[in-house]
Amino acid sequence: MASSRNIIALKSIMHKEIHRFMRIWVQTLVPPAITISLYFVIFGSLIGSRIGQMGGFDYMSFIVPGLIMMSVITNSYSNVASSFFSAKWQRNVEEMLVAPVPNWVIVAGYVGGGMARGMLVGGIVTIVSMFFVDIQIHNIWVIIVTVALTSATFALGGLINAIFAGSFDDISIIPTFILTPLTYLGGVFYSISLLPDFWQGVSQINPIVYMVNAFRYGFLGISDVSLTLSFAVLGVFIVSLYTIAMVLITKGIGLRS
Amino acid sequence: MLSALKISGLKKTYKGGFEALKGIDLTVKQGDFFALLGPNGAGKSTTIGIITSLVNKSAGKVEVFGHDIDQELETAKSFIGLVPQEFNFNQFESLMKILVNQAGYYGVERKIAVQRAEKYLKQLNLWEKRNDAARMLSGGMKRRLMIARALMHEPQMLILDEPTAGVDIELRRSMWEFLKELNKQGITIILTTHYLEEAEMLCRNIAIIDSGIIVENTDMKSLLAKLDVETFVFDLKPNNTPTELAEFSSRVIDGHTLEVDVKKSQTINSVFIELNKQGIEVLSMRNKSNRLEELFVGLVGSGQATSQSAVKE
Ligand SMILES: Nc1ncnc2c1ncn2[C@@H]1O[C@H](COP(=O)(O)OP(=O)(O)OP(=O)(O)O)[C@@H](O)[C@H]1O
Ligand SMILES: [Mg+2]
Repeated sequence: MASSRNIIALKSIMHKEIHRFMRIWVQTLVPPAITISLYFVIFGSLIGSRIGQMGGFDYMSFIVPGLIMMSVITNSYSNVASSFFSAKWQRNVEEMLVAPVPNWVIVAGYVGGGMARGMLVGGIVTIVSMFFVDIQIHNIWVIIVTVALTSATFALGGLINAIFAGSFDDISIIPTFILTPLTYLGGVFYSISLLPDFWQGVSQINPIVYMVNAFRYGFLGISDVSLTLSFAVLGVFIVSLYTIAMVLITKGIGLRS
Repeated sequence: MLSALKISGLKKTYKGGFEALKGIDLTVKQGDFFALLGPNGAGKSTTIGIITSLVNKSAGKVEVFGHDIDQELETAKSFIGLVPQEFNFNQFESLMKILVNQAGYYGVERKIAVQRAEKYLKQLNLWEKRNDAARMLSGGMKRRLMIARALMHEPQMLILDEPTAGVDIELRRSMWEFLKELNKQGITIILTTHYLEEAEMLCRNIAIIDSGIIVENTDMKSLLAKLDVETFVFDLKPNNTPTELAEFSSRVIDGHTLEVDVKKSQTINSVFIELNKQGIEVLSMRNKSNRLEELFVGLVGSGQATSQSAVKE
């Protein structure tokens, strides 16, 4: 009985979450499509043609997976961060807190919503890319698993951010000061192997490097790091972030006085 | 009989050290219509917050239909429908969505939830607004939306935290009728209020809370019996300002308004006799509805020195 109740509750949260970003699609789904088009025009056509090849592919094809990954990361993160924070702000999070919804269902519901937005935007961005480059697929499973795990990771990150956030400013600090730099330095625009040894070493502690490279492997069949290591990194992140999120919600940090 | 709610030794100290509840005990029988009455800041919402797990308790025990919230939190929660004091729904969602989602959190299938939402929206006169965003409702409509939401999983016990705050007389009365009807169907109802009149109209049993302490817990009838002073307001012809009234405690509010406290043992006739003696003519007279205040002073003030001057005995 409790298990069927949990499934219905999970479906309700996800339904609400998906409905939310669909309702405000102009803010959630359109900007990534515009952003990626700009990247293509600037880095692909204007600058990219002068760069020549990277990793054995023309520059445009090389950066596509990273650009898609970038939108997946920002969208899964910001979806949960803003939705959960606004639920706290408007206090409608209490609707879930008073109901017999176990904490893992709350976490799973919000993460599921964030993943849905991340993957939907990833899909949209991929379609836009097709107007600029020929998308090739080396291994579809690697693509799917990587995008799913990456969006889950950042959805969890967004949730933790929202739990701690006390104001709307607090949910833009991490994306601006941590996520964006890590993404730009995460091998979206270049192959890590081009860097001097020292910076290659530093890059290896940037988790986004593993996600971008695993994703690029799925499309192009090339990667700066091993696929197994990439999945291991993602796995470790998901387990740790999930554990942190569960502890915070169970303790009621930012939710119960 | 099984208690719908059993609270013992409940304490709450908020971060920062404020002690909002100082060890309260409360039992609400199944099927009861129970009032928790108290002034601002008494600890009503804190108590309700703990029962519904929105506030962490500092000490004590809470059982909902025999289920301890420390051991069987989810079962306990499934018995309760909550109408909170502050609006706490997503302002941008439609009424229908808010209700159906809420039912979902309690495991109610979507199809059934849609039917129930229709039923309650119609009963509470919100059906035409079903597709509007909640922010477009008036204050009274928002209150009713929260009542509908609390009923979506057909709870055994309904807890309403000041449901009639900011609601006009007419709507208040229809809400009362609605709640009475629910109670007749067997739902245990607990409501907090500032108005004794509301508690009197609806409730069978009552607890009065003040500064985190239960100062009275009894049935409505015995409580009202304790209320032995009533205050009357006299509008006077502004010719003669009264001085003291023998045997009565009274206050001159302005040149032509007089308040007089009349005990059960006294009659209003004697007030008129007194006024006549002073040659004062009365234009009109009304009952001052501050019985709650009087009640508090009677209950709380008897033990402690109170600064309130409403009743001088
Ligand atoms: N989150 C909080 N942090 C600190 N103190 C709090 C918090 N919530 C309530 N209090 C304090 O606890 C006391 C009781 O508050 P509570 O909201 O329970 O009162 P109440 O009886 O519901 O009052 P009202 O009739 O105004 O709604 C008040 O003094 C209030 O300032
Ligand atoms: Mg209150």
